[in-house]
Amino acid sequence: MQLWLIPLLPFAGFLINGLFGRRFSKGVVNVFAIGSVVLSFAWVLKTILGLGDLTSAHVEHYFTWIQSGTFNIGCDFAVDRLTAVMLLVVTGVGSLIHIYAIGYMAHEHGPHHGGYYRFFAYLNLFMFFMLVLVLGANFLVLFVGWEGVGLCSYLLIGFYFDKKFATDAGNKAFIVNRIGDFGFALAMFYIVKTFGSLDFATVFQKAPTAPESALTLIGLLLMVGAAGKSAQIPLYVWLPDAMAGPTPVSALIHAATMVTAGVYMTARSFAIYSHAPAALDVIAIIGVATAFFAATIGIAQNDIKKVFAYSTVSQLGYMFLGVGSHAVSAGIYHLVTHAFFKALLFLGSGSVIHALSGEQDLRQMGGLRSKIPWTFWTMMCAAVAISGIPPFAGFFSKDAILVAAYAHAPWMYWLGTLTAGITAFYVFRAMFMAFFGDYRGHEHHPHESPPVMMIPLVILAALSLAGGYLFKVPQFLAPMFPLAEAPENFTLVAVSVGAGVAGILLAYVMYVAQPGMADSLASGMKGLYTLVYNKYFVDEIYDATVVNPLVGGSRILLWRFADVGIIDGIANGIGSRARDIGGILRRLQSGNIRSYAAWVLFGGVLVIVAMGMAGGVR
Amino acid sequence: MSAVPISWYLTLSAVIFALGVAGFLFRHNIITVFMSIELMLNAVNLSFVTFSYQLKQVNGHLFTFFVMVVAAAEAAVGLAIILTVFKNRSTLNIDDIDSMKN
Repeated sequence: MQLWLIPLLPFAGFLINGLFGRRFSKGVVNVFAIGSVVLSFAWVLKTILGLGDLTSAHVEHYFTWIQSGTFNIGCDFAVDRLTAVMLLVVTGVGSLIHIYAIGYMAHEHGPHHGGYYRFFAYLNLFMFFMLVLVLGANFLVLFVGWEGVGLCSYLLIGFYFDKKFATDAGNKAFIVNRIGDFGFALAMFYIVKTFGSLDFATVFQKAPTAPESALTLIGLLLMVGAAGKSAQIPLYVWLPDAMAGPTPVSALIHAATMVTAGVYMTARSFAIYSHAPAALDVIAIIGVATAFFAATIGIAQNDIKKVFAYSTVSQLGYMFLGVGSHAVSAGIYHLVTHAFFKALLFLGSGSVIHALSGEQDLRQMGGLRSKIPWTFWTMMCAAVAISGIPPFAGFFSKDAILVAAYAHAPWMYWLGTLTAGITAFYVFRAMFMAFFGDYRGHEHHPHESPPVMMIPLVILAALSLAGGYLFKVPQFLAPMFPLAEAPENFTLVAVSVGAGVAGILLAYVMYVAQPGMADSLASGMKGLYTLVYNKYFVDEIYDATVVNPLVGGSRILLWRFADVGIIDGIANGIGSRARDIGGILRRLQSGNIRSYAAWVLFGGVLVIVAMGMAGGVR
Repeated sequence: MSAVPISWYLTLSAVIFALGVAGFLFRHNIITVFMSIELMLNAVNLSFVTFSYQLKQVNGHLFTFFVMVVAAAEAAVGLAIILTVFKNRSTLNIDDIDSMKN
């Protein structure tokens, strides 16, 4: 079925725009960048329709990559139902965001000369690696994509490379991800040691017979990798800073696709986790803790993109809670719906920022409802979807996760439900601050975005509203992840929906009905507010406990002592000794021919004497 | 015919060689130095021939001819260099020719 064509189309777009984009007009760049991704989407559709019901994986082997004794790794791609879902999300949402980016990046000029083609080249490269990640049929090919998307994430966060905060954020994302990738690499070594292979098919087939301790260790190490990539406690700190990149990047990479790679990977490895309940428990606990923790931070953020960034961390936590509660298909379901409504929230906030010529502070907005109505209504669709209001997309997936969590451990359900309330509260807080009340900004003529930006918003809004009905992901994935036989529990559903509604109402009261209430509440609970406003000082704690000791230690021990003292000392020492000796020997070269002659004589005498002492020549 | 003892030839060779060395070291005129070198070469030739005669082997003769050919070539090149040096510097004092220094 030529699966290789799916990732290679965006790669071709990357090569063409990357190599020749400088000479192209924006229109030509658009044709290659958007055309390659849309064609890739079309090819995904054709492939999936052509493969029938996909009850078993369709594997394609291209070439042997590494062969060492019995250990054999091929460059293999595979499609099963899980991959099909991911492919559709990545290429579908990816296409929409590419189209949106035409409008958003249209004003790209000034110091970033050539930034336009560079942006689309990176974006296409990201699509290539992301598709390799989901198509890979063994852990190593997945890892190639995994590292590649990390690279593109770094490049795109630091897209405005003349701004210090952007490059810092890029470095932070890359370095924090290294920690996770280290865990992933260790997990792969341990998989090879235990199973002698990295192929999904082989490993998952042998998993039930492996010792549980080995599986638990592998699962935990994989979770370290997933926590890095998918921004879970304790490695979530890079994602909020990653918002320094252009907004389409935040939508595509840091909301809809790349950050869900960790969820995909744990779902893919569920055959390992299902025999390692301890590791699965850890996933569930990390997931629900991250969901709650990040949601509380989201309450007090004033940057519209930061609010949605913490929201993304929180929603990713839900997905892990789903996987950890044995409801893998619910986790993937939430991944899909989240891709719709979170991409929409980011694209919508991009449209707001675009309308206000770069203003991101919620306190400088307000009353935009009448000025940019299309943006308002589409974002509203996403807001009700993320709040879990039936019958919109988020309701189905979040509910599936919470019901599974109740079956797993009731306290997780209650914490998750509380989080759902907080989620509804902070999302609608942002909506009310931006779109209701009086306009508080400085930009005199907020303007609606061009159609090329609005069309993706409208499509995503439709998907956010109806996606839950249209795509019954758990049923589609049932052959891989059997549906739990949990009884329909109407009370649980009602409670979680009630939490969402309560959150919305509270936000309405605090930010629309009585606008002063939020401030007085904040000053009333000053300590708590300061704590949350400063994100629990986690960045500061990491700086104090990890970053500064590491930097200081590196500076003193590695730089001053090891590098300057020992390594430079050796190199410079050899050099200056040679210079000293040369300085002495130089005196011999007097230029006086007769002194040379004397030295020749001296040497000849020396040789004769030496030969005499050695007993002469026989 | 009573042969001259071999030690005489060798002594003569050593004396000529020592004279060559002394001239090489202590004379100031390039041409003299040059001639001293020739002297040393010929001293060595003499001992080659001596041993060749004594040992009834032809190798010594061969080496002598080699040395003579090389010496002739060297004389041609060397005198040409000396001529050029004199043209450029109007001196043949070996101590003044120290442009290799610095």
